[in-house]
Amino acid sequence: MNVPSSTTYRGGWLGQLRWNRRVRGRLVSVAAHFFMVLFSLVFLIPMLWMVSTSFKSRAQTWLFPPEWIPNPVVWEHFPRIFEIAPVLLFFQNTMIIVFWNVLGQVLSTCLVAFGFARLRFPGRDVLFILLIATLMIPYQVTLIPTFILFKLFGWINTFLPLTVPAFTGSAFFIFLMRQYLMSIPFDLDDAARMDGCNTFQVLFFILLPLCIPPLVIVLVFTFIGVWNDFLGPLIYLNENSKYTIALGLNLLRGRNRTDYNVLMAASLLAVLPTLIVYFLAQNKLIGGIASVGLKG
Amino acid sequence: MSPRARREAVEGYICISPWLVGFVMFVAGPILASLLLSLTYWDIGSPPRWVGLQNYVEIFTDDKDFVQALKVTLTYAVVTLPLHLVLGLALSLLLNLRLRGMNFYRTLFYIPAVLPIVAVTMLWIWIFNPEFGVINHILSLVGIEGPTWFHSPRWALPALMLLGLWGVGGGAVIYLAGLQNIPPHLYEAAEIDGANVWRRFWRITLPLLTPTLFFQLVLNLIATFQVFTQSYIATEGGPLQATFFYMLYIYSKAFGTLRMGYGSALAWILTLIILGVTLLVFRSSPHWVYYEAERRKEDA
Repeated sequence: MNVPSSTTYRGGWLGQLRWNRRVRGRLVSVAAHFFMVLFSLVFLIPMLWMVSTSFKSRAQTWLFPPEWIPNPVVWEHFPRIFEIAPVLLFFQNTMIIVFWNVLGQVLSTCLVAFGFARLRFPGRDVLFILLIATLMIPYQVTLIPTFILFKLFGWINTFLPLTVPAFTGSAFFIFLMRQYLMSIPFDLDDAARMDGCNTFQVLFFILLPLCIPPLVIVLVFTFIGVWNDFLGPLIYLNENSKYTIALGLNLLRGRNRTDYNVLMAASLLAVLPTLIVYFLAQNKLIGGIASVGLKG
Repeated sequence: MSPRARREAVEGYICISPWLVGFVMFVAGPILASLLLSLTYWDIGSPPRWVGLQNYVEIFTDDKDFVQALKVTLTYAVVTLPLHLVLGLALSLLLNLRLRGMNFYRTLFYIPAVLPIVAVTMLWIWIFNPEFGVINHILSLVGIEGPTWFHSPRWALPALMLLGLWGVGGGAVIYLAGLQNIPPHLYEAAEIDGANVWRRFWRITLPLLTPTLFFQLVLNLIATFQVFTQSYIATEGGPLQATFFYMLYIYSKAFGTLRMGYGSALAWILTLIILGVTLLVFRSSPHWVYYEAERRKEDA
């Protein structure tokens, strides 16, 4: 609500009006804070419940009504996860896939977005519309043939189906990056070319250093997306030794269906990396999502 | 074409070639292949057999699972889409107030959208635990005996809806950006003309936010039809197929029983439904989506 700064009149009925407004503003702000705290609880309670269960003793877990503060604080559930499943291996697998995805996405996004934003070639605009149209295609329609394609390549139960496609870019990132590049003045390119830069030098030495904000978004989104992906690894990886964190978590659940202490401790560990990355980048991230969301 | 222009064109094609290759291999090719596959019987083991429209005929005339999957998915969409829209909007209006600690709230509300869905689902399984879970504890405080949630054919789907609503902050952040793009002078002018908060919302905020709402509606729509992981982990489609989402059905046909042709036909039907509904939304947009530029054209 944009309440314009109050007028400078004093006394009389105008003063009364101003006073009313101040009281009302106060009331609105109290009500708003009330709702904010209420909403915050809705978002926080599940997470606190996860943390609480991870540190509770078994005896204290199975109580009704539930107790929130672990007493005593129990650490044993965490080492237990590592006994049940090769978590470090899962972590390593996930990081390998994350690494190649980040590398692939960053490279392809820069190159393709630069082509669409800065170079002229026949058919460019039609191709760009095609690129945007692919944003609307539901992934399930390509899921089965893509699986068959990778099976023909002999890539099942390797990381390749989960990493190679990143090197062809994602329409979402390319769109984001292209919009960003369009906002950088062309004079820069021209000046650099006058000084003898070729096209790719313009991209790598002049434009990319200016594109850190969208690149951060590509990096963080790729990290979170790959870390959280379940369906992809579920379809392509079928040996435990190849599992990612997301699959491993499900495996853990299969083995210990009712051991909620261990399950919550493991979930907590699985959540931490995305949370850390999110907190490190949250300002750029939220701004970026919003700017893409608006341009649709 | 001058040599310079030709050179630029060649460089342009080189630049976009990664995407072009990906488009052919992972989008256009598979879409076409999926259409052809849907006209065959294929279990991967033996070569595919051409069966014409038989898969489609079977789906539409003799497939109870298909009807159930469609019913579950549509129910979920019809209930959650408006809820996400209204709650997301309400949340963003709150976030748009100039209060202390707004950045903290904004960061907090967005968190569920970045957490791994597997971990989130496990957490909610525990929260919805009939005997020891938080939800039923809170319900018992107000004297309600909670249902058995994921174990109940009646309450399993609502439980998944609540789980989805936890991520409503993701949409709110986008609405918030839309709100902040509304020029403040409109509100000032309206207030001088004596419009109260309520009227300012209906006459200024909402109309100017419709492009954002429209975009979110389309995206949410597509996402809703793709619900998979939550139901795969929490309920495996049960109990009594109460949470048998369409995507779950495609998965079990294609990767469970290895009926690739049938699975492709199912995927195509879903795609056509999504396209159809999206088109309807697009068609309806001139009636409710407000575009500043168009309005200016009319005025001129």
